[in-house]
Amino acid sequence: MTDYTTRITTVINGQEEKFFCEPRESLLEILRDRLQLTGTKEGCNDGNCGACTVILDGVSVNSCCVLGVEAENATIETIEGLADGDRLHPLQQAFIRETALQCGYCTPGLIMAAKDLLAHEPLPSNERIRLWLANNLCRCTGYTRIIKAVAQAAKELHQKP
Amino acid sequence: MHNFDFKKPSSVTELTTMMTSYGRDARLLAGGTDLIVGMRSGNLRPAVVIDAKKIPTMVEIKLENDGLTLGAATSCRRIWENRQVADIYPALIDSASLIGGTSIQGRASVGGNLCNASPSADSVPTLIVMRAVATIVSSRGTRTLPVKDFCLGPRKNVLADDELLLQLHLPPPPKHSGGAFNRFIPRNEMDIAVVNAAAEVELDSSHTRFVDVRIAIGAVAPTPLFVSEAGNAIKNKPVNRETIDHAGDVAMSCAKPISDLRGTADQRRDLTRIMTIRALERAVRRAGGTVTYD
Repeated sequence: MTDYTTRITTVINGQEEKFFCEPRESLLEILRDRLQLTGTKEGCNDGNCGACTVILDGVSVNSCCVLGVEAENATIETIEGLADGDRLHPLQQAFIRETALQCGYCTPGLIMAAKDLLAHEPLPSNERIRLWLANNLCRCTGYTRIIKAVAQAAKELHQKP
Repeated sequence: MHNFDFKKPSSVTELTTMMTSYGRDARLLAGGTDLIVGMRSGNLRPAVVIDAKKIPTMVEIKLENDGLTLGAATSCRRIWENRQVADIYPALIDSASLIGGTSIQGRASVGGNLCNASPSADSVPTLIVMRAVATIVSSRGTRTLPVKDFCLGPRKNVLADDELLLQLHLPPPPKHSGGAFNRFIPRNEMDIAVVNAAAEVELDSSHTRFVDVRIAIGAVAPTPLFVSEAGNAIKNKPVNRETIDHAGDVAMSCAKPISDLRGTADQRRDLTRIMTIRALERAVRRAGGTVTYD
Protein backbone atom coordinates (compact mmCIF):
# COMPACT_ATOMS: atom_id res chain seq x y z
CA MET A 1 0.00 0.00 0.00
CA THR A 2 1.39 3.40 -0.97
CA ASP A 3 2.09 5.67 1.96
CA TYR A 4 0.78 9.18 1.30
CA THR A 5 1.73 10.53 4.72
CA THR A 6 2.69 14.20 4.69
CA ARG A 7 3.92 16.66 7.29
CA ILE A 8 1.41 19.36 8.16
CA THR A 9 2.04 22.64 9.97
CA THR A 10 -0.81 24.39 11.76
CA VAL A 11 -1.42 26.78 14.62
CA ILE A 12 -3.65 25.19 17.26
CA ASN A 13 -4.81 27.31 20.19
CA GLY A 14 -2.05 29.80 19.48
CA GLN A 15 0.76 27.22 19.34
CA GLU A 16 2.47 26.04 16.20
CA GLU A 17 1.81 22.32 15.78
CA LYS A 18 3.47 20.03 13.27
CA PHE A 19 2.18 16.55 12.69
CA PHE A 20 2.37 13.69 10.24
CA CYS A 21 -0.91 12.90 8.57
CA GLU A 22 -2.32 10.44 6.07
CA PRO A 23 -4.85 12.02 3.68
CA ARG A 24 -7.52 9.63 4.96
CA GLU A 25 -7.26 10.88 8.54
CA SER A 26 -9.87 13.42 9.58
CA LEU A 27 -8.94 16.54 11.49
CA LEU A 28 -10.87 15.02 14.40
CA GLU A 29 -8.66 11.92 14.37
CA ILE A 30 -5.54 14.10 14.20
CA LEU A 31 -6.65 16.21 17.15
CA ARG A 32 -7.63 13.29 19.32
CA ASP A 33 -5.27 10.48 18.34
CA ARG A 34 -2.10 12.23 17.17
CA LEU A 35 -2.17 15.39 19.29
CA GLN A 36 -4.03 14.04 22.34
CA LEU A 37 -6.43 16.98 22.27
CA THR A 38 -9.30 14.78 23.42
CA GLY A 39 -11.57 17.64 24.49
CA THR A 40 -13.04 17.52 20.99
CA LYS A 41 -15.47 14.60 20.90
CA GLU A 42 -16.46 12.09 18.25
CA GLY A 43 -20.20 11.54 18.02
CA CYS A 44 -21.83 10.56 14.76
CA ASN A 45 -18.72 10.98 12.59
CA ASP A 46 -20.83 12.19 9.66
CA GLY A 47 -21.58 15.85 10.28
CA ASN A 48 -24.93 15.54 12.03
CA CYS A 49 -24.26 15.86 15.76
CA GLY A 50 -21.70 18.67 16.15
CA ALA A 51 -19.79 17.04 19.04
CA CYS A 52 -16.55 17.51 17.08
CA THR A 53 -17.05 21.23 16.31
CA VAL A 54 -13.84 23.27 16.21
CA ILE A 55 -13.08 26.70 14.77
CA LEU A 56 -11.02 26.45 11.59
CA ASP A 57 -9.71 29.78 10.25
CA GLY A 58 -12.45 31.63 12.10
CA VAL A 59 -15.33 29.38 10.99
CA SER A 60 -16.93 26.62 13.07
CA VAL A 61 -16.78 23.26 11.28
CA ASN A 62 -17.38 19.61 12.05
CA SER A 63 -13.80 18.34 12.39
CA CYS A 64 -14.97 14.83 11.37
CA CYS A 65 -15.79 16.28 7.93
CA VAL A 66 -12.40 17.95 7.43
CA LEU A 67 -9.30 16.07 6.29
CA GLY A 68 -6.22 16.62 8.43
CA VAL A 69 -4.23 17.46 5.31
CA GLU A 70 -6.62 20.35 4.60
CA ALA A 71 -5.41 22.01 7.80
CA GLU A 72 -2.01 22.93 6.31
CA ASN A 73 -1.23 26.51 7.43
CA ALA A 74 -4.63 26.78 9.12
CA THR A 75 -5.45 28.32 12.47
CA ILE A 76 -7.50 26.01 14.66
CA GLU A 77 -9.25 26.68 17.96
CA THR A 78 -10.40 23.81 20.17
CA ILE A 79 -11.98 23.68 23.60
CA GLU A 80 -8.52 23.26 25.19
CA GLY A 81 -7.60 26.78 24.11
CA LEU A 82 -10.51 28.58 25.75
CA ALA A 83 -9.54 28.88 29.40
CA ASP A 84 -6.89 31.41 30.39
CA GLY A 85 -4.83 29.28 32.76
CA ASP A 86 -7.18 28.42 35.60
CA ARG A 87 -9.67 31.05 34.56
CA LEU A 88 -12.46 29.58 32.51
CA HIS A 89 -13.82 31.41 29.46
CA PRO A 90 -17.13 33.26 30.11
CA LEU A 91 -18.93 30.67 27.97
CA GLN A 92 -17.53 27.84 30.10
CA GLN A 93 -18.44 29.69 33.30
CA ALA A 94 -21.98 30.34 32.05
CA PHE A 95 -22.44 26.65 31.15
CA ILE A 96 -21.47 25.67 34.70
CA ARG A 97 -23.54 28.41 36.34
CA GLU A 98 -26.65 27.51 34.35
CA THR A 99 -26.04 23.74 34.54
CA ALA A 100 -26.20 23.75 30.75
CA LEU A 101 -24.87 20.20 30.63
CA GLN A 102 -25.48 16.79 32.11
CA CYS A 103 -23.30 14.11 30.54
CA GLY A 104 -21.15 16.82 28.96
CA TYR A 105 -20.34 15.00 25.74
CA CYS A 106 -21.83 17.68 23.47
CA THR A 107 -20.47 20.58 25.54
CA PRO A 108 -17.09 21.21 23.83
CA GLY A 109 -18.77 21.31 20.43
CA LEU A 110 -21.57 23.56 21.66
CA ILE A 111 -19.16 25.97 23.30
CA MET A 112 -16.96 26.22 20.20
CA ALA A 113 -20.01 26.79 17.98
CA ALA A 114 -21.26 29.43 20.42
CA LYS A 115 -17.85 31.11 20.50
CA ASP A 116 -17.97 31.44 16.72
CA LEU A 117 -21.47 32.93 16.94
CA LEU A 118 -20.51 35.52 19.55
CA ALA A 119 -17.41 36.49 17.57
CA HIS A 120 -19.67 37.47 14.67
CA GLU A 121 -22.91 38.46 16.41
CA PRO A 122 -22.12 39.78 19.91
CA LEU A 123 -25.72 39.95 21.19
CA PRO A 124 -27.80 37.36 19.35
CA SER A 125 -31.48 36.80 20.11
CA ASN A 126 -32.50 33.49 21.69
CA GLU A 127 -34.01 32.48 18.37
CA ARG A 128 -30.73 33.23 16.62
CA ILE A 129 -28.77 31.20 19.20
CA ARG A 130 -31.14 28.26 18.66
CA LEU A 131 -30.77 28.43 14.91
CA TRP A 132 -26.98 28.76 15.07
CA LEU A 133 -26.65 25.78 17.43
CA ALA A 134 -29.04 23.57 15.45
CA ASN A 135 -25.97 21.68 14.23
CA ASN A 136 -25.17 20.57 17.81
CA LEU A 137 -27.25 17.82 19.33
CA CYS A 138 -27.72 17.41 23.09
CA ARG A 139 -29.64 14.43 24.43
CA CYS A 140 -29.69 15.51 28.08
CA THR A 141 -30.57 19.12 28.71
CA GLY A 142 -33.49 19.93 26.43
CA TYR A 143 -31.42 22.92 25.22
CA THR A 144 -33.17 25.63 27.27
CA ARG A 145 -30.30 25.99 29.73
CA ILE A 146 -27.76 25.97 26.90
CA ILE A 147 -29.53 28.87 25.19
CA LYS A 148 -29.65 30.72 28.50
CA ALA A 149 -25.95 30.14 29.16
CA VAL A 150 -24.94 31.41 25.72
CA ALA A 151 -27.13 34.50 26.10
CA GLN A 152 -25.58 35.21 29.51
CA ALA A 153 -22.04 34.77 28.26
CA ALA A 154 -22.87 37.08 25.35
CA LYS A 155 -23.97 39.82 27.75
CA GLU A 156 -20.91 39.36 29.90
CA LEU A 157 -18.49 39.42 26.97
CA HIS A 158 -20.27 42.45 25.56
CA GLN A 159 -19.94 44.41 28.80
CA LYS A 160 -16.21 43.76 29.05
CA PRO A 161 -14.09 46.66 27.83
CA MET B 1 -11.40 5.27 5.41
CA HIS B 2 -9.60 3.78 2.39
CA ASN B 3 -6.12 4.92 1.44
CA PHE B 4 -5.94 7.70 -1.15
CA ASP B 5 -3.60 10.35 -2.51
CA PHE B 6 -4.25 14.05 -1.89
CA LYS B 7 -3.50 16.87 -4.33
CA LYS B 8 -3.96 20.61 -4.00
CA PRO B 9 -3.46 22.32 -7.34
CA SER B 10 -3.06 26.11 -7.29
CA SER B 11 -4.33 26.92 -10.79
CA VAL B 12 -7.23 25.88 -13.00
CA THR B 13 -4.76 24.60 -15.64
CA GLU B 14 -3.02 22.41 -13.08
CA LEU B 15 -6.41 21.13 -11.94
CA THR B 16 -7.74 20.29 -15.41
CA THR B 17 -4.47 18.52 -16.24
CA MET B 18 -4.94 16.37 -13.12
CA MET B 19 -8.56 15.63 -14.03
CA THR B 20 -7.44 14.55 -17.50
CA SER B 21 -4.83 12.17 -16.15
CA TYR B 22 -6.86 10.72 -13.23
CA GLY B 23 -10.36 10.85 -14.76
CA ARG B 24 -12.89 8.87 -12.77
CA ASP B 25 -10.24 7.77 -10.24
CA ALA B 26 -10.26 11.33 -8.88
CA ARG B 27 -12.84 13.22 -6.84
CA LEU B 28 -12.84 16.95 -6.36
CA LEU B 29 -12.98 18.14 -2.75
CA ALA B 30 -14.84 21.36 -1.98
CA GLY B 31 -16.54 21.37 1.44
CA GLY B 32 -16.28 17.60 1.87
CA THR B 33 -19.66 17.34 3.58
CA ASP B 34 -20.78 14.79 1.00
CA LEU B 35 -17.41 13.44 -0.19
CA ILE B 36 -15.76 12.75 3.18
CA VAL B 37 -18.96 11.21 4.59
CA GLY B 38 -19.28 9.07 1.43
CA MET B 39 -15.66 7.90 1.68
CA ARG B 40 -16.01 7.04 5.36
CA SER B 41 -19.10 4.92 4.68
CA GLY B 42 -17.23 3.20 1.83
CA ASN B 43 -19.67 4.35 -0.87
CA LEU B 44 -16.99 6.49 -2.53
CA ARG B 45 -13.47 5.17 -3.03
CA PRO B 46 -11.50 7.62 -5.20
CA ALA B 47 -7.78 6.88 -5.61
CA VAL B 48 -7.06 10.61 -5.60
CA VAL B 49 -8.79 13.48 -3.80
CA ILE B 50 -8.13 16.90 -5.32
CA ASP B 51 -8.70 19.91 -3.06
CA ALA B 52 -10.16 22.70 -5.20
CA LYS B 53 -10.04 25.40 -2.53
CA LYS B 54 -6.48 26.62 -3.17
CA ILE B 55 -7.54 27.91 -6.58
CA PRO B 56 -8.77 31.53 -6.26
CA THR B 57 -11.34 31.18 -9.11
CA MET B 58 -12.94 28.23 -7.30
CA VAL B 59 -13.64 30.20 -4.12
CA GLU B 60 -14.38 33.72 -5.32
CA ILE B 61 -17.56 35.75 -4.97
CA LYS B 62 -17.67 38.37 -7.70
CA LEU B 63 -20.55 40.81 -7.91
CA GLU B 64 -20.50 42.92 -11.06
CA ASN B 65 -22.94 44.74 -13.34
CA ASP B 66 -23.53 41.58 -15.33
CA GLY B 67 -24.44 39.55 -12.24
CA LEU B 68 -22.95 37.31 -9.59
CA THR B 69 -20.18 34.81 -10.19
CA LEU B 70 -19.60 32.16 -7.55
CA GLY B 71 -16.58 29.90 -7.53
CA ALA B 72 -17.92 26.35 -7.36
CA ALA B 73 -16.18 25.61 -4.04
CA THR B 74 -17.33 28.83 -2.28
CA SER B 75 -18.86 27.89 1.06
CA CYS B 76 -22.51 28.59 1.83
CA ARG B 77 -21.44 30.64 4.83
CA ARG B 78 -19.26 32.98 2.77
CA ILE B 79 -22.27 33.51 0.53
CA TRP B 80 -24.76 34.31 3.31
CA GLU B 81 -22.24 36.48 5.15
CA ASN B 82 -21.95 38.70 2.07
CA ARG B 83 -24.39 41.58 2.64
CA GLN B 84 -24.39 42.76 -0.97
CA VAL B 85 -25.21 39.29 -2.27
CA ALA B 86 -27.92 38.96 0.38
CA ASP B 87 -29.54 42.22 -0.73
CA ILE B 88 -29.62 41.33 -4.42
CA TYR B 89 -30.14 37.55 -4.31
CA PRO B 90 -32.23 36.79 -1.20
CA ALA B 91 -33.45 33.47 -2.61
CA LEU B 92 -29.83 32.29 -2.76
CA ILE B 93 -29.46 33.21 0.91
CA ASP B 94 -32.68 31.28 1.71
CA SER B 95 -30.93 28.19 0.34
CA ALA B 96 -27.36 28.79 1.54
CA SER B 97 -28.47 29.47 5.11
CA LEU B 98 -30.48 26.27 5.56
CA ILE B 99 -28.29 23.58 4.00
CA GLY B 100 -27.34 21.53 7.08
CA GLY B 101 -26.47 23.77 10.03
CA THR B 102 -23.91 26.50 10.64
CA SER B 103 -20.88 24.22 10.82
CA ILE B 104 -21.96 22.41 7.64
CA GLN B 105 -22.47 25.77 5.91
CA GLY B 106 -18.93 26.78 6.88
CA ARG B 107 -17.67 24.10 4.50
CA ALA B 108 -20.45 22.98 2.14
CA SER B 109 -20.53 24.71 -1.24
CA VAL B 110 -23.36 25.52 -3.61
CA GLY B 111 -21.27 24.07 -6.45
CA GLY B 112 -20.83 20.83 -4.53
CA ASN B 113 -24.54 20.72 -3.78
CA LEU B 114 -25.20 20.95 -7.52
CA CYS B 115 -22.55 18.37 -8.54
CA ASN B 116 -23.81 15.95 -5.90
CA ALA B 117 -27.06 15.98 -7.92
CA SER B 118 -29.35 14.93 -5.13
CA PRO B 119 -33.04 15.24 -6.04
CA SER B 120 -33.56 17.11 -2.74
CA ALA B 121 -30.58 19.50 -3.11
CA ASP B 122 -31.64 22.74 -1.46
CA SER B 123 -29.68 25.17 -3.63
CA VAL B 124 -30.57 23.76 -7.03
CA PRO B 125 -34.22 24.91 -7.41
CA THR B 126 -33.02 28.40 -6.45
CA LEU B 127 -30.19 28.35 -9.00
CA ILE B 128 -32.67 27.18 -11.65
CA VAL B 129 -35.22 29.97 -11.10
CA MET B 130 -32.40 32.54 -10.89
CA ARG B 131 -31.36 31.34 -14.39
CA ALA B 132 -27.92 30.33 -13.16
CA VAL B 133 -25.42 29.13 -15.75
CA ALA B 134 -22.70 26.60 -14.95
CA THR B 135 -19.19 27.04 -16.35
CA ILE B 136 -17.67 23.62 -16.96
CA VAL B 137 -13.97 23.21 -17.74
CA SER B 138 -11.57 20.50 -18.80
CA SER B 139 -8.24 20.51 -20.57
CA ARG B 140 -10.31 20.25 -23.77
CA GLY B 141 -11.87 23.65 -23.17
CA THR B 142 -14.75 25.48 -21.50
CA ARG B 143 -18.50 25.09 -21.95
CA THR B 144 -21.50 26.68 -20.29
CA LEU B 145 -24.82 25.08 -19.46
CA PRO B 146 -27.99 26.32 -17.74
CA VAL B 147 -28.19 24.77 -14.25
CA LYS B 148 -31.66 23.40 -15.07
CA ASP B 149 -29.95 20.95 -17.47
CA PHE B 150 -27.07 19.97 -15.16
CA CYS B 151 -28.55 17.08 -13.17
CA LEU B 152 -29.44 13.87 -14.99
CA GLY B 153 -30.69 11.66 -12.16
CA PRO B 154 -29.99 10.87 -8.51
CA ARG B 155 -26.21 11.42 -8.06
CA LYS B 156 -25.76 11.78 -11.82
CA ASN B 157 -24.72 14.97 -13.58
CA VAL B 158 -23.56 16.03 -17.03
CA LEU B 159 -19.85 16.19 -16.18
CA ALA B 160 -17.55 13.94 -18.22
CA ASP B 161 -14.77 12.15 -16.31
CA ASP B 162 -12.23 14.86 -17.12
CA GLU B 163 -14.59 17.81 -16.53
CA LEU B 164 -15.35 19.88 -13.45
CA LEU B 165 -17.71 22.66 -12.41
CA LEU B 166 -15.65 25.85 -12.20
CA GLN B 167 -18.20 28.61 -11.57
CA LEU B 168 -21.84 29.48 -11.36
CA HIS B 169 -23.11 32.71 -12.86
CA LEU B 170 -26.38 34.34 -11.85
CA PRO B 171 -27.63 37.23 -14.01
CA PRO B 172 -28.83 40.39 -12.24
CA PRO B 173 -32.48 40.11 -11.16
CA PRO B 174 -34.82 42.15 -13.41
CA LYS B 175 -36.59 45.26 -12.05
CA HIS B 176 -39.72 44.62 -9.94
CA SER B 177 -38.64 41.04 -9.38
CA GLY B 178 -38.20 38.87 -6.32
CA GLY B 179 -37.13 35.34 -5.56
CA ALA B 180 -37.64 32.94 -2.68
CA PHE B 181 -36.90 29.36 -1.66
CA ASN B 182 -38.49 27.22 1.01
CA ARG B 183 -38.72 23.58 1.96
CA PHE B 184 -40.70 21.26 4.18
CA ILE B 185 -38.85 19.20 6.79
CA PRO B 186 -40.23 17.54 9.92
CA ARG B 187 -37.77 19.45 12.12
CA ASN B 188 -37.06 23.17 12.00
CA GLU B 189 -33.44 22.79 10.88
CA MET B 190 -30.81 20.23 9.93
CA ASP B 191 -32.85 17.90 7.79
CA ILE B 192 -33.28 16.79 4.20
CA ALA B 193 -36.20 18.28 2.29
CA VAL B 194 -39.36 16.19 1.93
CA VAL B 195 -40.23 18.74 -0.77
CA ASN B 196 -38.63 22.08 -1.64
CA ALA B 197 -39.57 24.84 -4.05
CA ALA B 198 -38.11 28.06 -5.41
CA ALA B 199 -39.82 30.85 -7.32
CA GLU B 200 -38.72 33.99 -9.04
CA VAL B 201 -41.38 36.46 -10.13
CA GLU B 202 -41.14 39.56 -12.26
CA LEU B 203 -44.06 41.96 -11.79
CA ASP B 204 -45.26 44.93 -13.84
CA SER B 205 -44.36 48.42 -12.61
CA SER B 206 -47.56 48.65 -10.53
CA HIS B 207 -46.74 45.29 -8.89
CA THR B 208 -50.21 43.94 -9.65
CA ARG B 209 -49.55 41.64 -12.62
CA PHE B 210 -47.09 38.80 -13.23
CA VAL B 211 -44.82 39.55 -16.17
CA ASP B 212 -42.63 36.46 -15.86
CA VAL B 213 -42.60 33.59 -13.34
CA ARG B 214 -40.13 30.75 -12.90
CA ILE B 215 -40.77 27.87 -10.51
CA ALA B 216 -38.58 24.88 -9.65
CA ILE B 217 -39.36 22.03 -7.26
CA GLY B 218 -37.19 19.42 -5.57
CA ALA B 219 -37.39 15.95 -3.98
CA VAL B 220 -40.37 15.09 -6.19
CA ALA B 221 -38.56 13.65 -9.23
CA PRO B 222 -35.18 12.03 -10.05
CA THR B 223 -33.73 15.55 -10.44
CA PRO B 224 -34.66 19.02 -9.23
CA LEU B 225 -37.37 20.03 -11.67
CA PHE B 226 -37.86 23.27 -13.58
CA VAL B 227 -41.65 23.45 -13.97
CA SER B 228 -42.03 26.03 -16.73
CA GLU B 229 -45.70 25.03 -17.10
CA ALA B 230 -46.47 26.37 -13.63
CA GLY B 231 -44.78 29.71 -14.25
CA ASN B 232 -46.23 30.12 -17.73
CA ALA B 233 -49.73 29.34 -16.45
CA ILE B 234 -49.82 32.59 -14.48
CA LYS B 235 -47.91 34.93 -16.81
CA ASN B 236 -49.85 38.17 -17.40
CA LYS B 237 -52.33 37.20 -14.68
CA PRO B 238 -53.18 39.49 -11.75
CA VAL B 239 -51.21 39.09 -8.54
CA ASN B 240 -53.78 37.51 -6.23
CA ARG B 241 -54.55 34.37 -4.28
CA GLU B 242 -56.39 32.65 -7.10
CA THR B 243 -53.47 33.08 -9.51
CA ILE B 244 -50.92 31.83 -7.01
CA ASP B 245 -53.10 28.85 -6.07
CA HIS B 246 -53.37 27.98 -9.74
CA ALA B 247 -49.56 27.92 -10.12
CA GLY B 248 -49.44 25.63 -7.07
CA ASP B 249 -51.91 23.25 -8.71
CA VAL B 250 -49.94 23.16 -11.96
CA ALA B 251 -46.65 22.56 -10.11
CA MET B 252 -48.34 19.73 -8.20
CA SER B 253 -49.45 18.11 -11.45
CA CYS B 254 -45.82 18.17 -12.69
CA ALA B 255 -44.41 16.44 -9.60
CA LYS B 256 -43.51 12.77 -10.01
CA PRO B 257 -42.69 11.83 -6.42
CA ILE B 258 -41.95 8.47 -4.88
CA SER B 259 -42.75 7.21 -1.40
CA ASP B 260 -39.75 6.74 0.88
CA LEU B 261 -38.78 7.09 4.53
CA ARG B 262 -39.21 10.88 4.37
CA GLY B 263 -42.74 10.92 3.02
CA THR B 264 -45.32 9.31 0.79
CA ALA B 265 -45.91 10.26 -2.82
CA ASP B 266 -49.34 11.68 -1.92
CA GLN B 267 -47.91 13.82 0.87
CA ARG B 268 -45.21 15.07 -1.49
CA ARG B 269 -47.76 16.02 -4.14
CA ASP B 270 -49.70 18.05 -1.56
CA LEU B 271 -46.50 19.62 -0.27
CA THR B 272 -45.43 20.57 -3.79
CA ARG B 273 -48.55 22.72 -4.08
CA ILE B 274 -48.04 24.28 -0.65
CA MET B 275 -44.30 24.92 -0.99
CA THR B 276 -44.82 26.45 -4.43
CA ILE B 277 -47.53 28.75 -3.10
CA ARG B 278 -45.38 29.84 -0.16
CA ALA B 279 -42.33 30.45 -2.38
CA LEU B 280 -44.49 32.54 -4.72
CA GLU B 281 -46.00 34.56 -1.88
CA ARG B 282 -42.60 35.41 -0.45
CA ALA B 283 -41.19 36.14 -3.92
CA VAL B 284 -44.10 38.52 -4.62
CA ARG B 285 -43.51 40.36 -1.35
CA ARG B 286 -39.81 40.70 -2.14
CA ALA B 287 -40.73 42.07 -5.57
CA GLY B 288 -42.75 44.79 -3.86
CA GLY B 289 -46.17 43.27 -4.44
CA THR B 290 -48.87 42.11 -2.04
CA VAL B 291 -51.02 39.01 -2.23
CA THR B 292 -54.67 39.91 -1.81
CA TYR B 293 -56.99 37.58 0.08
CA ASP B 294 -60.50 37.99 -1.31
